Amino acid sequence: MFRFLAGRILTSLISVFGATLAIFILVHVNPKDPREIFVPQSGYGLTQESWNRLGDRLGFDKPAPVQYVEWLGRVFRLDFGVSLGLQIDVWDIIKGRLGATVQLGVGGWLIAVLMGIPTGVVAAVWRGGIFDYLARFVALVGQAAPAFVTGIVMIWLFSVNLTAISDDSPFAFLRIFAMPAGGRTPDELRWKEYVLPCLALGWGSAAGLMRLTRSSMLEILDSEFVKMARAKGVGNTTVIFKHALRNALIAPITSMLLLFAGFLNGALVVEIVFSWPGIGQVALQEAVQNNDFPLLLGTVIIFLMYFLVFATLADILYTVIDPRVRLR
Amino acid sequence: MATEADRTETTTGSTTEDAAQIDTYTDRGSNPLTLAWYYLRRYPIIPIFILALLLIAAIIGPYVAPFPRDKGFSHDRNLGLWERSRAAYIPLGGTTIAELSYRACDFIDPNGGTQSENIAQCGKLHILGADHTGRDIFSRLLHGSRISIAVVTFSLTSGMILGTAVALFSGYYGGIFDELVTRFVDIWNALPFLMVAIVVTQLFGAKIEVLIWKVDMLLFVLMLVAWVGFVRVIRAQVFVLRELDYVAAARVAGASDIRIIWRHLVPGIMNTVIVVASLNTSGLILAESTLSFVGAGIQPPTPAWGVMTNEGRDYILEAPHLTLVPGTAIFLVVLSMNFFGDWLRDRLDPRLRQVA
Repeated sequence: MFRFLAGRILTSLISVFGATLAIFILVHVNPKDPREIFVPQSGYGLTQESWNRLGDRLGFDKPAPVQYVEWLGRVFRLDFGVSLGLQIDVWDIIKGRLGATVQLGVGGWLIAVLMGIPTGVVAAVWRGGIFDYLARFVALVGQAAPAFVTGIVMIWLFSVNLTAISDDSPFAFLRIFAMPAGGRTPDELRWKEYVLPCLALGWGSAAGLMRLTRSSMLEILDSEFVKMARAKGVGNTTVIFKHALRNALIAPITSMLLLFAGFLNGALVVEIVFSWPGIGQVALQEAVQNNDFPLLLGTVIIFLMYFLVFATLADILYTVIDPRVRLR
Repeated sequence: MATEADRTETTTGSTTEDAAQIDTYTDRGSNPLTLAWYYLRRYPIIPIFILALLLIAAIIGPYVAPFPRDKGFSHDRNLGLWERSRAAYIPLGGTTIAELSYRACDFIDPNGGTQSENIAQCGKLHILGADHTGRDIFSRLLHGSRISIAVVTFSLTSGMILGTAVALFSGYYGGIFDELVTRFVDIWNALPFLMVAIVVTQLFGAKIEVLIWKVDMLLFVLMLVAWVGFVRVIRAQVFVLRELDYVAAARVAGASDIRIIWRHLVPGIMNTVIVVASLNTSGLILAESTLSFVGAGIQPPTPAWGVMTNEGRDYILEAPHLTLVPGTAIFLVVLSMNFFGDWLRDRLDPRLRQVA
């Protein structure tokens, strides 16, 4: 166990260094002067003096490995510089927005787990029934629809079409989920506003989890020891909950831990669709569209760390739950 | 996204739902749903039809498109932007019946013709409507279909060649090289590809020059996403193949390593390669549209479907078809590709149910 843990953590550390090195090389292998991506494209109002100062700050006179180490030191002190567009410290911007992204990620993950696993179990138990086909259909749609299309369709249904129906319509109550127009600040978020974005984010993974749960449940229900239990005369409920479910859930539970790290990736896109006040909006809307490179770099690095930490945690928890993995 | 799924399914090693489906088929006939599902999985005619349409659209689409790709075309300039867009929207069916009648009523014809004449006229011209600058959505869809095909022909194919080559060499030689490759693939898998793609696009620009062509950076980014998907599965396959007697016989007969790999291992893994490629295609198309949607992929004047979805987003109140039509197109293609991939897997290499 210790060997495994040490190895896994070592791999993650190597990933961190590899990823930062890759970013560093990408920035410096650029045919342009690296300074050009740290200043506004027009170079508006930039004097020769500040140009040189920027060069000093980036340490151009030193050899590349030294530059890398110094840059890494700044990164670990969370010093990413100042955003070009907003003129605020990059870490301050990210700090204020991280919460909303994490909330969205956790919400989407909960939806995926709460939708995927029970549905998969029920679909397997009632195999071939209406519910099974319904669940498989929903899963197919969820796996094929990208999160942004799902999100847009939801906005269209809830915020456009539902506002047009009359008040006594049976669907009128659904209006509470509609997103209010315009951007919001993190402290204004109410629970109702979480429903649609989390659903858009979680649906695809819920579909995957559902298929996984269903197949592993079917496999277990077909196994010898379940048949044995049935032959002994154990009741259907007991067979399903005591014998089958416990064994069938190993795969989905482990995969749902791994899913969590991946959710942050999807959260970015969903944030844009729902104008969610998280990092995705900063990173993609402001940084990409305004060519705000320090902001983009800071976001990417924070994101990378975040992602790697969760992936490592998931892997470790995975081995705790399913010790067979350690043997590989 | 895709990488997570790969990892999950490989490590858990459990069968997917289809394995259990075989016995479902035996008691079919009682339930029409079962029967319908069975035939859909067994003979994916509709998905293949959609994919064939996509291919045809990509090949001849730009030549037969009724309207120019980037130029807005206005039939009568007296009408405002929204009127034009709405009029074109009606043939699609309207959002609700109330909406339809509302749209038909508020349409004012400046030229003195009857309302219905005018609507019919617009509808005939724009099959799927016009977007916010008066560009024909159908024509743009046709042009955009090329991008999905480009992703498949360039990114997937080059990723496939790269991944297969790496897997072949690391599987065949094993040892320290294999260890390094495995670690590298693990690390590569752990990167959030969306972010990496954005940084690369931002640094090098959305288009790069290769010899005389200007190629979208996106295609290279997707290639770098695609190749890892092949390595693990094919490496495992090579491990099995290289122990077989005919490979040993070839070695005894004095065949060189390259010859063994090329003549004896490659034919053995071809089925797996094709299946993995077809299973990865939908993920790549999704990645392409997502990147284009967030602005880090294909750049706006080019009508990638993700770009079209994003551009129409601002007009969802007045003209939802701007974003729903390309969104549906992406959905249908990915859905068909999923069906097709599953079908191909069941046909060519059913063992892969456990792995990919």
